[in-house]
Amino acid sequence: MGESTGRADPESDPQTQQLDPSQWRSDFPILAKKIHEQPLVYLDNAATTQKPRQVLAAMDELYETKYANVHRGIHVLSEESTDLFEAARNTVCRLIGNVAREEIIFTRGTTEAINLVARSWGDQNVVEGDEILLTEMEHHANIVPWQQLAARKGASIRWLPITDDGHLALDDLDALLSSRTKLMAVTAVSNVLGTINPIEQIVACARAANVPVLVDAAQSVPHAKIDVTRWDADFVAFGGHKMLGPTGIGVLYGKRSLLESMPPFNGGGGMIRRVRKEGFEPADLPDKFEAGTPPFVEAVGLAAAIDYLHKVGLSSIADYEHQLAARAIETLSAIDGVHIFGPPAADRAGIVSFQIEGVHAHDVAQILDRFGIAVRAGHHCAMPLHLRLGLTATARASFYFYNTLEEVEALARAIEETQKVFRKNSRSAKKVRQK
Amino acid sequence: MSSSEEEIYQEHVLDHYEDPYHRGRLEQPTHHHKDDNPLCGDVVELDLAIDSDGKIAQAYFDGEGCCISQAAASMLIEKIDGGHVDAVKDFTAKDMLELFGPKLTPNRQKCCLLSWRVLQSAIYAPCDGNREGKSPAEKPRSSQESL
Repeated sequence: MGESTGRADPESDPQTQQLDPSQWRSDFPILAKKIHEQPLVYLDNAATTQKPRQVLAAMDELYETKYANVHRGIHVLSEESTDLFEAARNTVCRLIGNVAREEIIFTRGTTEAINLVARSWGDQNVVEGDEILLTEMEHHANIVPWQQLAARKGASIRWLPITDDGHLALDDLDALLSSRTKLMAVTAVSNVLGTINPIEQIVACARAANVPVLVDAAQSVPHAKIDVTRWDADFVAFGGHKMLGPTGIGVLYGKRSLLESMPPFNGGGGMIRRVRKEGFEPADLPDKFEAGTPPFVEAVGLAAAIDYLHKVGLSSIADYEHQLAARAIETLSAIDGVHIFGPPAADRAGIVSFQIEGVHAHDVAQILDRFGIAVRAGHHCAMPLHLRLGLTATARASFYFYNTLEEVEALARAIEETQKVFRKNSRSAKKVRQK
Repeated sequence: MSSSEEEIYQEHVLDHYEDPYHRGRLEQPTHHHKDDNPLCGDVVELDLAIDSDGKIAQAYFDGEGCCISQAAASMLIEKIDGGHVDAVKDFTAKDMLELFGPKLTPNRQKCCLLSWRVLQSAIYAPCDGNREGKSPAEKPRSSQESL
């Protein structure tokens, strides 16, 4: 598929053979649940993923046998918790391309990671008249922090447009990268269209214009083998709960030189070297950006999730989800009155947003729910993108490796049933109600 | 399928959705208000012609959105058309949910209550700029407002 996926690393990710979801589904207790007496078909993975027992067990074990606050505790439990927390950081380092532990900041999620950069790096570097370059396909998490920064500083936002088929209009990129551009923030994968963006190419263009790049990798890191050093991105943000991990944990990767130059974000315990009445001296990386008790149990859960993903094989996951999306596009577009948004299957991850003619997306989601099928309906936190496409709301099916081709078929059948609910009525709607 | 979900798209609702009562605009409304549910993009606007006795001589709605929001608007307009503004003031969110009929989850109640919310504002929103209480002068009176 795109440049960011399908690249097998034989060392750490040996399994590139065809993925068999039945091998993994039994690890996810919730997938056995019935919804309205139907088997759950969970197709809302771009919003959040379900959790395997192994992740829950790792967190339980920490809470039950090794739990105490991390750092500076001179007792066994604190040391055990600290060891697990820092081991989790090392697991994240290896996941995204063997980066240094100083370059991995644990946050509460993707959103906080982006806000950290906007507040710390942004407030330090952006001045009146500067520009921040975004794209029309960004999630609100990669828009609003920049709008807030622009408002604080008197800077402005520029937008890299998308093409009608849901790609970034890269031909416009060079012209938008001006001498006033201070930062470009771009998503690696659109959470609505599924478009896989060519991050290496984008970063190279930005680099040529001396513009640092933040990559929102929330929809990318969970689904493909990512190497942030190959991207050459300056900042990369992603979250734990979209990749089998718990909520409340996210990651900011930043190039060390940048993180060293940035002032702390939140202030408090843990992020200081020493505090005097006159002021404080910040701690070294990564602690400098981790004020307060960090979500260390969640970090350990995230590490267990990463271990699990390696077991499944991230390259296999990318290939398999591509198959699911391709099948969904093929099956759904064969249904009269169903419109799919975004690029052709070859250029997208496992996300398929669609509309059914004459049926609002919320009604689609409501009726699909009757069949046990969980999809999301609305603007998916991407209102500017929906406005660009002239849409108010879409329904979105988003896949993970535990989904099956049978579930794609179930979605297609339920969509046909949805159409019947409304069509049946069209035939009888001729009667005019009189007051 | 669960019975509680099953009933939402019953014929009565679909009838109002596909063959709405007084969908359109009034040329010279005395009162008008428009609002949306920003989270889902549902939009409803109401045109009212209220006479000096407080009687709603004509009521029309327009908008776009899900079946529930649009069907509810149609039901509401049918209900209040020809009635008195005092009756509208006494018409609570609970009454609105009952008028709609099928039981709704809290998220979908917002869809149902959009037109009710717009109506409660519209009666305080005369089109004539010189009159008192031009914009929604008072909040709708209901504990369900926060829905």
